Amino acid sequence: MPEKILEVKNLQTHFFTKSGVVKAVDGVSFHVNKGETLGLVGESACGKTITCLSILRLVPQPAGKIVGGEVILDGVDILEMTNRQMQEVRGDQISMILQDPMTSLNPVFTVGTQVAWPIRQHQKNIGKKDIWEKVKDMLHRVKIPSPEVRLNEFPHQMSGGMRQRIIGAMSLSCQPKLLIADEPTTALDVTVQAQFLDLIKSIQREDDLAMIMVTHDFGIVANVCDRVAVMYAGKIVETAPIRELFNDPRHPYTMALMASLPKMEEDLETLYSIEGQPPNLSNLPPGCSFLPRCEHAMDICKEKYPANSEVRDGHTVSCWLMEK
Amino acid sequence: MSEVLVEAKNLTKHFPVTKGLIFSKQVGAVKAVDGINFTINRGETFGLVGESGCGKSTTSKLILLLESITNGTIVFEGNDIAKLSKSELREYRGKVQAVFQDPFSSLSPRRRVGKIIAEPIVVNSNIPQSQIRDKTAELLEVVGLRPDQASFYPHEFSGGQRQRIAVARSLALNPSLIILDEPVSALDVSIRAQIMNLLKGIQKKFNLAFLLIAHDLAVVKHMSDRIGVMYLGKLVETASSADIYHNPLHPYTKALYAAALPSHPDQQKEKITVTGEVPSPLNPPEGCRFHPRCPEAFPRCTQEEPKLIDMGNDQQVSCHLYDK
Amino acid sequence: MTNSISLPSKFNQFLLAFKGVPAISIAILVTFVFFGLFGSFFLPYDPTEMDLMSAEKPPFWMTEGSTAHILGADEMGRDVLARLIGGASVSLQVSLVVILLAGSVGITIALLSGFIGGKVDAVLMMVTDIFMSMPYLLIAMVLAAVLGPSKNNIILILALLGWAGYARILRSEVLRLKDQDFVKLAEVAGCSKFRIMTREILPNIVNTLIIMATLQVGTVIIAESSISFLGLGVPPPEPAWGSMVADGRDFLTSSWWICLWPGLAILFTVLSCNLLGDWLRLRLDPKFRQIQ
Repeated sequence: MPEKILEVKNLQTHFFTKSGVVKAVDGVSFHVNKGETLGLVGESACGKTITCLSILRLVPQPAGKIVGGEVILDGVDILEMTNRQMQEVRGDQISMILQDPMTSLNPVFTVGTQVAWPIRQHQKNIGKKDIWEKVKDMLHRVKIPSPEVRLNEFPHQMSGGMRQRIIGAMSLSCQPKLLIADEPTTALDVTVQAQFLDLIKSIQREDDLAMIMVTHDFGIVANVCDRVAVMYAGKIVETAPIRELFNDPRHPYTMALMASLPKMEEDLETLYSIEGQPPNLSNLPPGCSFLPRCEHAMDICKEKYPANSEVRDGHTVSCWLMEK
Repeated sequence: MSEVLVEAKNLTKHFPVTKGLIFSKQVGAVKAVDGINFTINRGETFGLVGESGCGKSTTSKLILLLESITNGTIVFEGNDIAKLSKSELREYRGKVQAVFQDPFSSLSPRRRVGKIIAEPIVVNSNIPQSQIRDKTAELLEVVGLRPDQASFYPHEFSGGQRQRIAVARSLALNPSLIILDEPVSALDVSIRAQIMNLLKGIQKKFNLAFLLIAHDLAVVKHMSDRIGVMYLGKLVETASSADIYHNPLHPYTKALYAAALPSHPDQQKEKITVTGEVPSPLNPPEGCRFHPRCPEAFPRCTQEEPKLIDMGNDQQVSCHLYDK
Repeated sequence: MTNSISLPSKFNQFLLAFKGVPAISIAILVTFVFFGLFGSFFLPYDPTEMDLMSAEKPPFWMTEGSTAHILGADEMGRDVLARLIGGASVSLQVSLVVILLAGSVGITIALLSGFIGGKVDAVLMMVTDIFMSMPYLLIAMVLAAVLGPSKNNIILILALLGWAGYARILRSEVLRLKDQDFVKLAEVAGCSKFRIMTREILPNIVNTLIIMATLQVGTVIIAESSISFLGLGVPPPEPAWGSMVADGRDFLTSSWWICLWPGLAILFTVLSCNLLGDWLRLRLDPKFRQIQ
């Protein structure tokens, strides 16, 4: 029986700007089980990054605010926590890796110092010698060669791939329950990306770590994820186990997106392309947000946002087509 | 019968590395491109793939004469481009254009889009304003935009639309060759197919040759007729798009394609055979540059640089494995 | 096909641009410029006309004051208000010409230095650094003393010392823009280096120039006032706020109005310039322009 580590219920995060309210995350619900990877897929401005920031309660203020919903980590609603309590959670129970290894590390501190920070912060009773042992262990785990030497190097002395692994070491040093990875391999070369994803997967297996992988790349999804949630304009439009999603996508956006990707095994002249532009979150049409670009649009799509329907066990879609 | 448009012979570009504050002395060189040979035929797409530091961007800059050639030649329509007279250079610029990766820095923020598109024409000829206006309107339509949008500024367009404008501008002088440097990687996934279809469409319509540089192997395979694989300044293999995928010969090509992400979770995940990261182009390994990471290296590889071998069927590879 | 960027109509954009505008600063500056340009039509008196009978007459709301001299009269009987207006004209002339000269030289050097690079850059920047490391006010005063007080000398001196700041800052803008793709594409399209500098790069640095110029108005007025205060600036009897303050120094406790009004004029004009410059910087910064 899979054990839920994280459950997000109807999360809503809005941004209050001069030109109106932007509903960056508009009623998002999903869960992540222990030891599994949930893919959060979507394009820019679909809300996937803000969803992750909301889970960590790091939404940029004062413009951004979590206005509703629950985020339950291992049984506790962390939205109800005080700031102090939340600080204990960050880095210790939930960790996050970001996209750009160049700017994720502080250029003026050694790599060892930076990996030690989360340990220092969350494990107050550890002696100095033990901290360095732990740091060396972590570097070894993320397959950094000669960790004793690397400890004292600075970020600029390392390649992008190594830097990303250092960041991995930092986030995993306190053995969190959940790791959120936001497009961690976008800036990496193809072979380095493959190595990094392999590394993350093996650590996940060893630690029974739950992971949210945020990405726009279906290749990463196919490689790493167990379940997938597809986001569009601040909402989740489809959730399914990985094979279900690839074999039987049901939401028009998911179907269109997957069809528009060039695949190596295929030899097409032209690609299927989705009409129109990505949505403007401050000016969403009423009803279904995908309507302007949807091939299967019906009258009811203009009026009401579709309810969640279940295709099969574990596979849900928000689309009026399901009601037909 | 395809006509050779561009021929690069032993193309080399070294960037000098200097030391010393006042009297700088050259202490070494970054061998960004080191003796590569390839041809691009009229009307076809030649794709260049490779990871950071392989020299593909530098190659494109050499063809565009944005950097000077250190050694070797590029022959365009029978003329050595390093030896062009002023008027021949002007003609060359008219025939070779480019579209770059970032749709936001490709267009001057303070000029109207119509003026941006028309600039190449204005600079290179004395065509009257009314004709220029017509041509601009025509180009906007070719790329799927409206002629009345010529009076808008770049910031009024989305990323995908700005890339279309960049394409329109590149067509202004009726070029024979367009260098596409990561034309879709900065765009939203749902927009990429639109732009790729647009590019293929104009290629057919105007019989254009493309030099495509991209890191997404599926994109390169979809768009290219022939592909060249570069590693640390060397071209290790060239072949037709299908052959590179179905029958890669060079160990690096095999590793590269093995590392590419699958398009379906059930796809056979090949074992990654390559270890470590790409070394610095300042100090490339002796002999074959790939030998330190190559799973099939043998003693000859550490001493002797492999020559380019023709394997027939328009496939060429630089590897001692095939030189027995 | 929906255009995902929906802008308010052009007219509404125009109005929206005035949100958060420092209205008071602009009002003060508009007044300054107005009187600086057209003040001569409003002069109640000739600013240099002496009337020893009215010497040190206080402003009209005090005893002994009268509406003949609304803001009072100085020690020579000259009307303070008239001199204030006349001084505005001097300050305006000097600051505008200085900014024009310094700005033009600065932007040209920035373009050449930043765009051409190499030895040209090294040499030009060395010269710029030399000029920048000169203590502005001190050198201005020394030069004024050496060349003799005159309005034109002041203008030349202040321009000479002012261009370096523009050159430095605008050069870094040029360097940033040089790497942008649209510059490379201009080269690919066959544009000459000159055309790229003037048609591609220049329009993109004009905003910074405007902001710097606005902020410099204040600095120039203070500089001119300081030099005039020391008696090295605009020679009497032509009115200048600085020399007015100097003249009134001896009467600070008795006829305070001789000093106060020009002092306040300097204060408010310079303050308004700085506030306006700050606001312009926020408004014209491209990062902020993207947010709609």
